[in-house]
Amino acid sequence: MSGPERPGGEAGEAHSGTDPESGGAPLRPYVITRGRSRPSRNTVGVETLLVATTPATPLPLSAVREERALVRMCERLLSLVEAAAHLELPVSLVKVLASDLVDSGHLTARSGVPQAVLPDPQLLQEVLDGLRRLR
Amino acid sequence: MVSAGFADRYLPDTVQQAVKIPVVGAFGVGKTTLVGSVSEIEPLRTEEVMTQASVGVDDLAGSSRKTTTTVAMDFGRITLSPRIVLYLFGTPGQRRFWDLWEGLLEGALGVLVVIDTRRLEDSFDVLEQLELRGVPFAVAVNQFPDSEFYGTTELREALDLLEDTPIVMCDARDRGSSADALITLVEHVLAREVVRTPEAAS
Ligand SMILES: Nc1nc2c(ncn2[C@@H]2O[C@H](COP(=O)(O)OP(=O)(O)OP(=O)(O)O)[C@@H](O)[C@H]2O)c(=O)[nH]1
Ligand SMILES: [Mg+2]
Repeated sequence: MSGPERPGGEAGEAHSGTDPESGGAPLRPYVITRGRSRPSRNTVGVETLLVATTPATPLPLSAVREERALVRMCERLLSLVEAAAHLELPVSLVKVLASDLVDSGHLTARSGVPQAVLPDPQLLQEVLDGLRRLR
Repeated sequence: MVSAGFADRYLPDTVQQAVKIPVVGAFGVGKTTLVGSVSEIEPLRTEEVMTQASVGVDDLAGSSRKTTTTVAMDFGRITLSPRIVLYLFGTPGQRRFWDLWEGLLEGALGVLVVIDTRRLEDSFDVLEQLELRGVPFAVAVNQFPDSEFYGTTELREALDLLEDTPIVMCDARDRGSSADALITLVEHVLAREVVRTPEAAS
């Protein structure tokens, strides 16, 4: 009960990772996100591009291991889903974490904002040109 | 951080826009193969825990047993230009995975449906569901060695496709062939968009 970087409460719980209570796979993401299953903003999607904000501001002491790992993973530009795959974390969890970290200014999100409307013809044309170059 | 060894996992800093195309199809039709043949990275996997009893019915948690399934999703990446990157998601088509589609269809350019003519009926649900959702899609017919050959007219009829839905023959193992299927899809989406927003076509 004395470790200096071991605050009590939920964050500390999630930190330990070996807590028998959080051993079940479906439960653990729930603990890490402090009980939330949806991101704070609906502007992060699987394809959202993330990069750590520079200059970096230190994460709060309460930040969980997964948040720290995500910021480190995004030291350069990477999509949310790739970060999730490399970190071996569920995409739904990374969406919640990334959303928070964008809100707190630790991560910057670039494009890939899921929209209800279809992309404009100019973007489609650029995609088409790119695909044709693959041939 | 040992970033040097992972340097090639990152995108060029010039990339501003990410787009995505789900590659949907029934079990074993060749989705992973197609994604892998055009991807510039070794396809990656993510696992998603799906709870059958939906979120918001927690009060029932005591009485109903929630079933959780782990869905593996694989995806690949193509940097199409210094500005644009495309992600392809191999997405299972079975009904029980439709919840998973939500986050993938939103903002997607369109959907590539892969079918196997040896088990055409496996694809009916997927096609109907996409039509219901109004998502633009193209059908890629993945040819296996023991597949009978069917003409596109025959297939269109058997699959009961809308008149303008493109069908393209494809060898999912071949990069050029898979790229062609994607080109067919994007051409279709572009044609629809130009019709819809004529002022933008200038
Ligand atoms: N001959 C031939 N075999 C193929 C082709 N495409 C895929 N296969 C084989 O068919 C099998 C299934 O292909 P996958 O790409 O794993 O299919 P999938 O749709 O991802 O399968 P699930 O994810 O399990 O639903 C594999 O053994 C492939 O090697 C093809 O175009 N020709
Ligand atoms: Mg597969």
